[in-house]
Amino acid sequence: MKAGTNLEKVLESGRFAVTAEAGPPKGTSAAVMQRKAEALRHCCDAANVTDNQTAIVRMSSLAGCVIMKQGGVDPVMQIVCRDRNRIAIQSDVLGAVALGIGNILCLSGDHQMFGNHPTAKNVFDIDSIQLIQALKAMRDEQKFLCGDDISGEVPLFIGAVANPYADPFEFRVARLAKKVKAGAEFIQTQAVYDIDKFAKWMEMVVERGLDKQTHILAGVIPIKSAGMARYMRDYVSGVTVPDELVTRMEQAQDTKVEGAKVAVEIIEQVKEIPGIHGVHIMAVGWEDIVPEIVKQAGLLPRPVL
Amino acid sequence: MITITKQKPLEEILPSLGKGKKVYIIGCGTCATICHTGGKAEVLEMKEKLEAEGKKVTGWMVIPTACDELTREALAENAEAIEQADAILVMSCAFGVQTVTMYSDKAVYPALNTLFVGKEETPGHFIEVCMQCGNCVLATTVGICPLVRCAKSLLNGPCGGSVDGKCEVSPDTPCAWQLIYDRLKALGQLDKMEEIVPVRDWSTSTSGGPRRFVLTDETND
Repeated sequence: MKAGTNLEKVLESGRFAVTAEAGPPKGTSAAVMQRKAEALRHCCDAANVTDNQTAIVRMSSLAGCVIMKQGGVDPVMQIVCRDRNRIAIQSDVLGAVALGIGNILCLSGDHQMFGNHPTAKNVFDIDSIQLIQALKAMRDEQKFLCGDDISGEVPLFIGAVANPYADPFEFRVARLAKKVKAGAEFIQTQAVYDIDKFAKWMEMVVERGLDKQTHILAGVIPIKSAGMARYMRDYVSGVTVPDELVTRMEQAQDTKVEGAKVAVEIIEQVKEIPGIHGVHIMAVGWEDIVPEIVKQAGLLPRPVL
Repeated sequence: MITITKQKPLEEILPSLGKGKKVYIIGCGTCATICHTGGKAEVLEMKEKLEAEGKKVTGWMVIPTACDELTREALAENAEAIEQADAILVMSCAFGVQTVTMYSDKAVYPALNTLFVGKEETPGHFIEVCMQCGNCVLATTVGICPLVRCAKSLLNGPCGGSVDGKCEVSPDTPCAWQLIYDRLKALGQLDKMEEIVPVRDWSTSTSGGPRRFVLTDETND
């Protein structure tokens, strides 16, 4: 065990993992995070707390993680490279470990032009792969990036993301391989809608043996309405939403029921793809639906390890 | 390589000039002329605009290259008209503005925004290709700079926002890493994409005050 977190235990035991996502509020209310912890506690093995996702200022991931943990959920702290340099990031990692957070997910971060502070200066001192490397060295060698010693253990379970729908498609497996080589022990993918393309990517992943070196969790974003389906298809970069799915949502009598049904179908399909070790359900702002989706997908109860 | 500039709006220039009525205008015959932001035509246009706003232009000149040492002589030659002015408005890049500041005691104001040091891709279309980071990576990226051409300055390949060869930030911006990938593929060097590039030394970049360099006999050894 690297960190002994619940997520690590579930994945290392060979069970099919379920993670969820909890977006912190655009405000100071701990109660908002407490409610999300309550909704997610029994239906997932860990929950990601996003780091100012889409470059919109929210409560910090670190604070959100602490509240999730107090609420009985194993938190996954997301760290993006957009807002902090190597000094600030390493400092936050020390703080996170001190507060009992063991899972960290490394991302580049959405560009600030998509958020609510488009005139901000970005940082990108290090990139997501270098961040994975840095965390690994902090844990395995107890060294900072500069080579200085860290006092105390840094038990971390290190994660990264992968987007099989971005280009160049052939490079996407190589990029995953780089992340695994850098030290990523679990991978959460971009939302899967186009199953065929995802299966093709996974075939290449398995061919390289990467599924044996890391745990890959397929991303699922439940769609709430026809408008959301259209928006995801037309404006969210790096996400492929097939037209048939948009039509299906447009024709649905109750779009929320239909959206949950679609999510369950996706989970059932990705579960059958060789090399997939779990699902990551990103129902940001719709966390309440997660228990229902996990239940319908036959993934309850969650293991207690 | 030229310095790309864009004129500031008159609504910004006017208040920056302050209460003084008299202005001397300096243009530049090199980059700002190519960009149509500070050549003779633009200087004369600015003169008319300022006069329409009630300013008095005591004189103007277009210095061949405003950032050059010869600016000192040009200022000396036109000392009389400059002396009458309350302010100097410089229609050149920030290099020219600061050169004038260095050789004149007058209050100096910029009329242009200096956008970047770049090249002209097609007539009238300028692109930034180098950010003068002081630690060139082009050897590993087949002559295409990801630091300046990738919106996140990534060093280990394209992020998840690269779609159809375009950057997530703008459909008009090619993804730098797609360009690098294509070129490496053509050269049969795709294995380079698999190497992990370690964290970078940014101390040679713009993090530590003005960078200086001294030419000595040993400099290029």
